[in-house]
Amino acid sequence: MNQFKLAEEPSSSELRVERACISIGRVQIVQDVSFNAQAGEFVAIIGPSGSGKTTLLKAMTGELAYSGSIRLAGMETGKLSAEYMAQMRGVLPQASQISFPLNVAEVVGLGVIDRRQGRDARARRIKDALAKVGLHGFEGRGYQELSGGEQQRVQLARVLCQVWEPVADDGSPRWLFLDEPVSSLDIKHQYQIMQLASGYAAAGGGVVAVMHDLNLTATFADRILVMKAGKRLSFGRRDDVMQADLLSDAYDFPLALTRFGQSGVPLVVPGADTAG
Amino acid sequence: MTGIVLPERAARRFASSGGNREPLARAALVLLAVVAVLTMLVSLAIGPIAIPVLDILPHVPGRVLAASAGAPEGVSVRDWIVVTEIRLPRVVLGALVGAALAVAGAVMQGLFRNPLADPGIVGVSAGAGLGAALFIVLGNTALAPVMAVLGIYAVPLAAFIGGLITTLLLYRIGTRGGITSVATLLLAGIALGALTGALTGLLVYAADDQQLRDLQFWGLGSLAGSNWEKVASAAPIIGVMLVSVPFLARGLNGLTLGEAAAAHIGIRVQRLKNISILLVAAATGASVAVSGGIGFVGIVVPHLLRLTIGPDHKYLLPASALLGAILLIAADTLARTIVAPAELPIGIITAFAGAPFFLWILLRKRGLTGL
Repeated sequence: MNQFKLAEEPSSSELRVERACISIGRVQIVQDVSFNAQAGEFVAIIGPSGSGKTTLLKAMTGELAYSGSIRLAGMETGKLSAEYMAQMRGVLPQASQISFPLNVAEVVGLGVIDRRQGRDARARRIKDALAKVGLHGFEGRGYQELSGGEQQRVQLARVLCQVWEPVADDGSPRWLFLDEPVSSLDIKHQYQIMQLASGYAAAGGGVVAVMHDLNLTATFADRILVMKAGKRLSFGRRDDVMQADLLSDAYDFPLALTRFGQSGVPLVVPGADTAG
Repeated sequence: MTGIVLPERAARRFASSGGNREPLARAALVLLAVVAVLTMLVSLAIGPIAIPVLDILPHVPGRVLAASAGAPEGVSVRDWIVVTEIRLPRVVLGALVGAALAVAGAVMQGLFRNPLADPGIVGVSAGAGLGAALFIVLGNTALAPVMAVLGIYAVPLAAFIGGLITTLLLYRIGTRGGITSVATLLLAGIALGALTGALTGLLVYAADDQQLRDLQFWGLGSLAGSNWEKVASAAPIIGVMLVSVPFLARGLNGLTLGEAAAAHIGIRVQRLKNISILLVAAATGASVAVSGGIGFVGIVVPHLLRLTIGPDHKYLLPASALLGAILLIAADTLARTIVAPAELPIGIITAFAGAPFFLWILLRKRGLTGL
């Protein structure tokens, strides 16, 4: 009968969101959401448009104020300085307009925040990051002249530069917060970027991504948070969440699941009564 | 416009060869520093009386150290006085004001994330003008006690406060959620400019003849009447600004990504904005206080430099200071020689060159600004 049982000891390798509520102006967008993500796993946040996914992500990255608790490595994120947070996590926003004609190398270079880096190390880091997102040799191109998909990959390269090693020198994991990282990419690059993100997790970093594409989510996510109308509808392992009735409820649309290939990855398709 | 388009093409070719514009930018800084010195020498040499500048300048440091005003041996008294009392303060003031205006423009454009922001265009200069006009007209009467305390710094400080209030208002009006609407910014600038202009106009009724002439000189902007006292009143403020502005470079670079993304890479955005606004207002205020409303330097200089060396503020800010000084000294030399023995207000020359340039940027950027 002990209601005051001790909270679980916060681990230095997790993101823990507890009863987070987020309001923009007077409108409460996110209500009472709890979930956690461990270093080494890819956690996807899914749900229909307007369900509060991006708002929740923005609270985790320090952009929006929240009530409740959002702890990264045991520390309340709302109390950390911008500099400190920048060492721990990188953030890929949904769309990125830049105001002046920077070239690609200059945009990516903004992510190299470690000022101990020499000029050569810096240039090499930029080059490697561009190669990772499949934009090898794009250094001198004007950012504003690129397609939307290319711009998104340049931004991801910038974020990668910021948190290059998934595990910091002191052994603490670094985090990637991605807001619809593949929304404007073609299918080849969608898979490349998703592989990159899950590779980051496999190497010991933490990845939290807002996702629209359920099939990519089913392929790459370890755990999934399902949001609906600002609340948590479900949170759990991929196979527990990827259920036809749960997803149909989340999206208010009949969805069915099938298994594809030998890997047995669930494939989400419209439900039977919508096919006709 | 071929003169402007050509460096842009060259810069693009250069950029496509590897993306690192830093060597180009460093070379440009050296070149600009050399040209700045040459421009100063030329400006000292030419005028109604041609002066053998290179013979005279070496004596200046010694005389300053000896605190002696007399002409050194072998130099004509006339030449000595023309250089040390008339042209040198004017060139120094021109360099300070040009550097301040250009850097203020570059910082403001970085802050508002827009290449069309400029203290003159969005009404900050007008606000600074009102502050200074208050002291010019009421300095001997209603504001005499303040004047007694602040001395020669009263007018620059008042201009600074006027500029600061205008900048803060503009930021509050023009920016919502970290996004600046260009249309709102420019329209708010027009309204604030009109309002401060009207208030300045009211002061005309309280002004005597000499003060009226002083106010008139403000409208157009001029470096005529430069003296060491004016240099002394503006130099500390502009000096502090020029020294501190390089520390903003990283933050302003980050801000090109937007406020949220800038914060994500570790930039303390609110502090950056506060410091930027203070520096823009201080530099604009100090410039307006000593030279009136000289327009367009803040928009032409950073834009030309972005086309050639790129938008990296680490190089853009010092290069703006140098090119601003060069252009203003050159324009002033033109202003005082083109219709000699009379003199044009320098603001007329910068407007003749700058206004078409502004329209050209507007046409090129029409798609981007949504105007």
